[in-house]
Amino acid sequence: MATAFSLPTALPEFILAVGILVLVLLGAFRGERSVWLVTEIAVALLGVALVVLLAGHGGTNVTFYGSFTDDPFSRFMKALALFGSLVTLLLSVEFMRREKIAGFEFPILILLSTLGMMVLISASDLIALYLGFEMMSLALYVVAAYHRDNTRATEAGLKYFVLGALSSGMLLYGLSLVYGFAGTVSFAGVANAVKDHSSIGVIFGLVFVLTGLAFKISAVPFHMWTPDVYEGAPTPVAAFFASAPKMAAMAVLVRVVITAFPGVAGEWRQIIIFVSIASMALGSFAAIGQTNFKRLMAYSSIGHMGFALVGLAAGTPDGVHGVVIYMAIYLVMTLGTFAAILSMQRDGRYIEDIADLAGLARTNGPMAFFLGAMMFSLAGIPPLGGFFAKFYVFAAAIEANLFALAVIGVLCSVVAAFYYLRIVKIMYFDEPVPAFDQPGLAVRIVLALSTALVIFYSIVPGPLTSAAMAAAKSLF
Amino acid sequence: MFGFGILSGLLILPLIGAAAILVLRGDDPATVNNIRWIAFWTTVATFILSLVAWYDFNPAESGFQLVEQKTWFSSAISYKLGVDGMSMPFVLLTTLLMPISIAASPSVERRVAEYMVAFLVLETLMIGVFVALDLVLFYLFFEGGLIPMFLIIGVWGGKRRVYAAFKFFLYTMLGSLLMLLAIMAMYWTAKTTDITVLLHTNFPAGMQKWLWLAFFASFAVKMPMWPVHTWLPDAHVEAPTAGSVILAAILLKMGGYGFIRFSLPMFPDASQFFAPLVYALSVIAIIYTSLVALVQEDMKKLIAYSSVAHMGFVTMGLFAMTPQGVQGAIFLMISHGLVSGALFLCVGVIYDRMHTRDIDAYGGLVQRMPLYATAFMIFTLANVGLPGTSGFIGEFLTLLGTFSVNSWVALFATTGVILSAAYALYLYRRIIFGVIEKPNLMAIADLSAREVVIFAPLVILTIYYGVHPQPVIDASAASVDALIKGLGQALGATKAAGL
Repeated sequence: MATAFSLPTALPEFILAVGILVLVLLGAFRGERSVWLVTEIAVALLGVALVVLLAGHGGTNVTFYGSFTDDPFSRFMKALALFGSLVTLLLSVEFMRREKIAGFEFPILILLSTLGMMVLISASDLIALYLGFEMMSLALYVVAAYHRDNTRATEAGLKYFVLGALSSGMLLYGLSLVYGFAGTVSFAGVANAVKDHSSIGVIFGLVFVLTGLAFKISAVPFHMWTPDVYEGAPTPVAAFFASAPKMAAMAVLVRVVITAFPGVAGEWRQIIIFVSIASMALGSFAAIGQTNFKRLMAYSSIGHMGFALVGLAAGTPDGVHGVVIYMAIYLVMTLGTFAAILSMQRDGRYIEDIADLAGLARTNGPMAFFLGAMMFSLAGIPPLGGFFAKFYVFAAAIEANLFALAVIGVLCSVVAAFYYLRIVKIMYFDEPVPAFDQPGLAVRIVLALSTALVIFYSIVPGPLTSAAMAAAKSLF
Repeated sequence: MFGFGILSGLLILPLIGAAAILVLRGDDPATVNNIRWIAFWTTVATFILSLVAWYDFNPAESGFQLVEQKTWFSSAISYKLGVDGMSMPFVLLTTLLMPISIAASPSVERRVAEYMVAFLVLETLMIGVFVALDLVLFYLFFEGGLIPMFLIIGVWGGKRRVYAAFKFFLYTMLGSLLMLLAIMAMYWTAKTTDITVLLHTNFPAGMQKWLWLAFFASFAVKMPMWPVHTWLPDAHVEAPTAGSVILAAILLKMGGYGFIRFSLPMFPDASQFFAPLVYALSVIAIIYTSLVALVQEDMKKLIAYSSVAHMGFVTMGLFAMTPQGVQGAIFLMISHGLVSGALFLCVGVIYDRMHTRDIDAYGGLVQRMPLYATAFMIFTLANVGLPGTSGFIGEFLTLLGTFSVNSWVALFATTGVILSAAYALYLYRRIIFGVIEKPNLMAIADLSAREVVIFAPLVILTIYYGVHPQPVIDASAASVDALIKGLGQALGATKAAGL
């Protein structure tokens, strides 16, 4: 149902937007005293937006003159993005307090970025896409450098900004090429225009668009920023980077290629297959030598985006279903792992070296168990959730007869298993080093909850699987 | 209860025990003692429950029994369990060996709770492999077993445990993932992963070959077959005693079980096509690894290589695709489960006393340990395949079954029997006979009452099945006949179609 202008369709976005404006005023007038109040309200806003989103009416609604689509797919991915933002904000509280960098700007920036993601996920024309993309990215550049007295953080922020601006430029260039050759900005119109004849100009535009989006999901060869930014940025920010923006960027990537470029599937599939293979391979091999946990997680996320793209390469409803499930399970695993990284603190200082986990099984059994479950799940070992994530995308690839891609994918996942196992080895087999400090409640809850989710997914797979199926079907 | 049957009970029971142990966390001696007893009685209860399942089981029927099904992922991928004559013996073998392994672990003193939890979870996963009637469920159990075994080798293993644990994990994972891709391809062809349906699905001959190879990659590593057997000696040597027992007795059988359950009935044409390859690899395994076993200085390594050789007989018998061959392979796997498990326990007994596995460190044990020498003798002879022990029946049947198909293969394989006598008796002589020369062996104690109780059921079964193999053969006969008949029909149909 398409309407020219309908507020209820975008109610979660409006809640966030109004809330952000109020919070900015609150912060501006009450200054630093308002930090915790602003954080609490920000968490509440994300929660309310999530509830409103999930309680919203079903079906597909298009509004704002066709530029904003609210369908099962967008609701599913928005729920993931909101969930990711909410959890990282909760995780950040303790870190910000201990590192003494708490400010009311941080939750507001997270909210702004999340609002951008939601616009991005719902975008159904090129302009909305770019608006959402930039709104998300600008807030991300700032939070990357949020620890402004720390040289590594500022370096990370600057690096991210320069490369991000480049990718935004490429995206914009691509969008304008597509517009120029298709003569319309709406995805449906573009799809119509490239249905019968695909001019070389549109293909060029498509390549540039994919470049810009691949940058945001940190897929090879546009991944260079990832390890440095993850390592340099404050840990909760790295957790944020690894979770919510990836959901949004992957969602829009899927939506663009499926709804705007179905006519040139042969062309974009080649690109996706290449990017997927390159990401899986680099993510698997480059992570082996890492000693910093955050850096390792950066390569791990590169690899995981490669695996998720295997589903997109199939280009079928089953493939998109696989991608959606993959992102959901990846989100849980990433947040759980970053919660574990945030509980690595000794003598009041945060540490990030993998070697500091030595003998964790004896000094802190539950945490070792939780993190171990995360590692086995990331490696894709059944019966944990990570296995089923891989299962769906590879099944889709097999269905689409992409056998070589599937075989390369499983080979990469064996290589990747090596470094996940190494962390288990360090925790379980090595001699213990002094124990960590007791982490805060939020960190412990997130860690335990995400472990429960990856373990019990295989017992109750129904809800997620059917929601993801509905989401995938709504794109076709 | 809740609509779950007895097989679900077998899967859940060990997990309940594991949960109880997790609640009991603690390091004081009383708690540790309680943990040991909980683990032991859980496995005993599981064993009793499996006997009940056996009682309910009708060996005269060839189809699946005790079937239970629940919706899981979708109507196509469901939670479906069941046993037939070919899986029931393996379930019983698993449940029997678990209490024995737990009872044989008093030398584990570090992190006992985690150790027992790992074993109990492993038991659930192993039983699951043999009772799963859905390919995805099967894969879940098959691959999930890597996690507890990785931890068992890595945490409680010997000096090179880290290397061995990684090698074990990555080797098996690589093989299994290729099988996973094949499972997906089968899913898209048949639109289901229900094994009972897939058994009657005719896959195109060209596709069969690829699927067969993918399954082969997994099962050959698990079996293990030459040349992908190299993880086994490392894993065996470094694993703690109970880990070696489970590895040799049950985990290796998953490969053979997989061949019987999937490769042969689902891909008959491909099995026929690749049979020469399997023969060749089997014969190489039998002769080559037997020779390698001859020169080992480490007892566990020697037994590990002997396992590879015996698994060579199993694959050879299976791919003979005759009733005797398959029957013999099943029997040999059960027998090898008992015998090799017992041999690793024998090594464990003296390792616990002397803390070395070097054959040279021993000699003349018969003078101090007559009971031990007797038990070791029985298992050594069973390993050699002496008539009157269970080892003979299996080897004889596999050779018989193969001889009728390809006498050259049988001829070469028979030399393996001689070689196995050579390495096993050589080992026995060096450890047990002679005079005691090492002063530290003077005070070595014979089997304790606990150890006698552990060995007793294994000795009894080894000899009982040696003179009266009927129970195992009867249990699987109907299913094996159905399998061979189905194979014959499938191959006949292919021939008739002129393909």
